[in-house]
Amino acid sequence: MIRSEILREIAPILRDHLVICNIGIPSQELHAIDDQPSNFYMLGTMGLASSIGLGLALAQPKPVIVIDGDGSVLTNLGTLPTIANNPADNYILMIIDNGSYGSTGDQPTYTSGKTSLAGMARAAGCDRVVECSGEETGPVLQEALDSGQMTVIVVRCDSGNAKMPVITLDPVVIRDRFMKAVRA
Amino acid sequence: MPPDLTIDQKIAGDLIANDVSFVTTVPCKQLAGVIAEIDRRPEIRHVPANKEDEGMGLCAGAWMGGQRAAIIMQNTALGVTLNTLATLIQFYRMPLPMLISYRGELREPVACQVEMALHTKALLAQLHIPTYHFHTQADAAELDTILKYSFMCNKPVAVLTDASFWGGYGDQ
Repeated sequence: MIRSEILREIAPILRDHLVICNIGIPSQELHAIDDQPSNFYMLGTMGLASSIGLGLALAQPKPVIVIDGDGSVLTNLGTLPTIANNPADNYILMIIDNGSYGSTGDQPTYTSGKTSLAGMARAAGCDRVVECSGEETGPVLQEALDSGQMTVIVVRCDSGNAKMPVITLDPVVIRDRFMKAVRA
Repeated sequence: MPPDLTIDQKIAGDLIANDVSFVTTVPCKQLAGVIAEIDRRPEIRHVPANKEDEGMGLCAGAWMGGQRAAIIMQNTALGVTLNTLATLIQFYRMPLPMLISYRGELREPVACQVEMALHTKALLAQLHIPTYHFHTQADAAELDTILKYSFMCNKPVAVLTDASFWGGYGDQ
């Protein structure tokens, strides 16, 4: 199962929540599958989806789902201790771990070798860390929402991308409609 | 500034008066007092960051969540934030007051700090970030106006605070 298939399956869950979506093909896929004002698409700034999501979760009470990637978390590893030490029970970090840099040609990341992001999240102090397969993502995500506890989900799946168009929405439009969804 | 306020209290007070309720920091020796003051203020949630670009991501999220946010950092880290400033804060047009300790200026005891000081204003100018240099404590009178300016135009602003502003390094 590849990321786009996972996103298609969980789109009915994501639709009702604030979503911060990682740069590159993940955002292109989510935008093509189910564009919503409550989706914040990152058009640049690799690595900061989890940080933006944490700031958002700390600032307001609605659940926040971050769709991140293994490569992006590896580029901002300091995020894991910050998440662990500033708990927000409305925060779900879902790392789609396909062991590769999908947006740049599927070069392998170190999670395809010896590195475990779930282990790193636990070592950073995150209390609730769940590992699952792509097929299990929907129920695991729903369970995390229902738990009302800050959760890090590491979804192990296959490498690969769906061919989707580049997002041409103006960034200020993305941000403005997202902020309206936050306030709604 | 009322004479009974320390500079740290004045800075924290201006942040609170401008509804800044979320502050992220990466420490600097010169900023220790203001960071401690922020920790004493219940109006401000302080989220220490491990790296300055991470902190800017936290601020972006907090601001979209309805809280005014600011970052406190050292100028030596400006380089690691350039992409974040350009592709997140500026591209999505977000306000971000940056209170920056301006290491490597006059009275600096550590030579290596001078290297990034030489580039600090040039980098900020290249990014078209409004930049204010506080050299004496009287300069802090403008902080309130600078904060209002950032939130008026939804742009990052840099406040460079040098060693003279903070009263030197003790023996310098």
